[in-house]
Amino acid sequence: MTATIERGSATAPVNTPAAKKTPTRKKPGGFLTSSNGKKVVMAVTGAVMVGFLVLHMLGNLKIFFGRDSFNDYAHALRTLLEPIAPYRSVLTILEIGLVLAVVLHMWAAISLSYRAGKARPVKYVAKKSQANGYTTHIMRWGGLTIVFFVIWHLLDLTFGVVNPKGFDSAPADRMIAGFDPSRWWVTLLYLVAVVMVGLHLRHGIWSAFQTLGWANRDRNKVLRATAGLISIVLVVGFLAPPLAITFGVVK
Amino acid sequence: MNLTLRVWRQSGPSDAGRMVTYKVEDVSPDMSFLEMLDVLNERLIVEGDDPIAFDHDCREGICGMCGMVINGVAHGEQRATTTCQLHMRHFEDGAEITIEPWRAAPFPVVKDLVVDRSAFDRIIQAGGFVSVPAGSAPDAHSVPVRKEDADAAFDAATCIGCGACVAACPNGSASLFTAAKITHLSLLPQGQPERLSRAKAMVDQMDSEGFGGCTNTGECTAVCPKGIPLDTIAQMNSDYLKANAK
Repeated sequence: MTATIERGSATAPVNTPAAKKTPTRKKPGGFLTSSNGKKVVMAVTGAVMVGFLVLHMLGNLKIFFGRDSFNDYAHALRTLLEPIAPYRSVLTILEIGLVLAVVLHMWAAISLSYRAGKARPVKYVAKKSQANGYTTHIMRWGGLTIVFFVIWHLLDLTFGVVNPKGFDSAPADRMIAGFDPSRWWVTLLYLVAVVMVGLHLRHGIWSAFQTLGWANRDRNKVLRATAGLISIVLVVGFLAPPLAITFGVVK
Repeated sequence: MNLTLRVWRQSGPSDAGRMVTYKVEDVSPDMSFLEMLDVLNERLIVEGDDPIAFDHDCREGICGMCGMVINGVAHGEQRATTTCQLHMRHFEDGAEITIEPWRAAPFPVVKDLVVDRSAFDRIIQAGGFVSVPAGSAPDAHSVPVRKEDADAAFDAATCIGCGACVAACPNGSASLFTAAKITHLSLLPQGQPERLSRAKAMVDQMDSEGFGGCTNTGECTAVCPKGIPLDTIAQMNSDYLKANAK
């Protein structure tokens, strides 16, 4: 083979007019428009929601102490700080805070995934995940699943629209009627959704520490274990009442 | 070894590009991945075809020039290895190998597998330096540094800026690169005066280049040829938060 090998285009000048054009760059905005700022919003609002979930789960477990115990708890929520504060005022304030957290969490998630989509306009022909391949799917699609579940959940047990007992009933009655063995598919729906929440939190809780800059080499093991533990406790705690009702343990 | 390659061919930035299949025969298992491409290119040149353009320089895994997505993994499936240090013995005879360039909007394809990584340079220019009085090198013991800090800073400093982290990230984020550069300097005494302004300037530059945000998936650190750990990103986040709190 005596062919002269000339320098290929790899080392040839690449200053074609199109290549010279610098990509459009945006001027950085404030903290909340930065990708890191949005992640902080995700972390803080996520922490608020985890706090809510823990209290919610503890409240649900009251059903194991009887209908009255559960109803008293529901009533106590509405009469928090009474008579200093009017009926249901503290609960309403907490609810507004929670809705705000949900909205901000979703806003940050949507704008970050929009940003991610723009950062990779051309997809890979072949792509093989090397670490936690499921994470992104669990976080984004899982998050979406949770949204739909929460809508159903509110219609079912809060507003009673899709609940056999309707709105004008005691909370414990709604709960027990809602997970009646004949409505096994509702229990199944909750099972899937709650497991989804657990998978979401397993990554999310650790991720919040990382985003807030508290994770490091020494703490990572403990933080990941904590995230896993909180997720498992929440999943078990949330699934215990519906399963117990469906299988007739709680009547 | 006989291989079938599916390679991304794109004649220039404005070309749409496509995957083209090539057969490569008599590949030695001792060849590096780039040498295998060299063999194919020599044949393409002899046949009057345009050789496949790819970036490379030192070919010993320290310059950060080479890099391509091999079978869906940046730098190939061999861990902590650059493409030039990846050897053909890790592939099976008769294998079909898919080769693509780094995919990210801030890394526009120049030609075939060559992408323009100037965005990284601009992130460095934004703050990846220390302002010190120039002059002769100071005595090594004039500024004491804790061993742990020195080690962690050095781990971060091994980043060669190849861009595999961006290529692997599902969000096209440059967080691992930027974090490595920030951590490297923020752990050392010399980096303290500009620590917070540096973090802010570099993260803001990363954002304005159009890179995605970090979702802590860890794809980056898994493909990083230098194994830069994910906690550099926590360090970056911490510095960035403090810079904004000021």
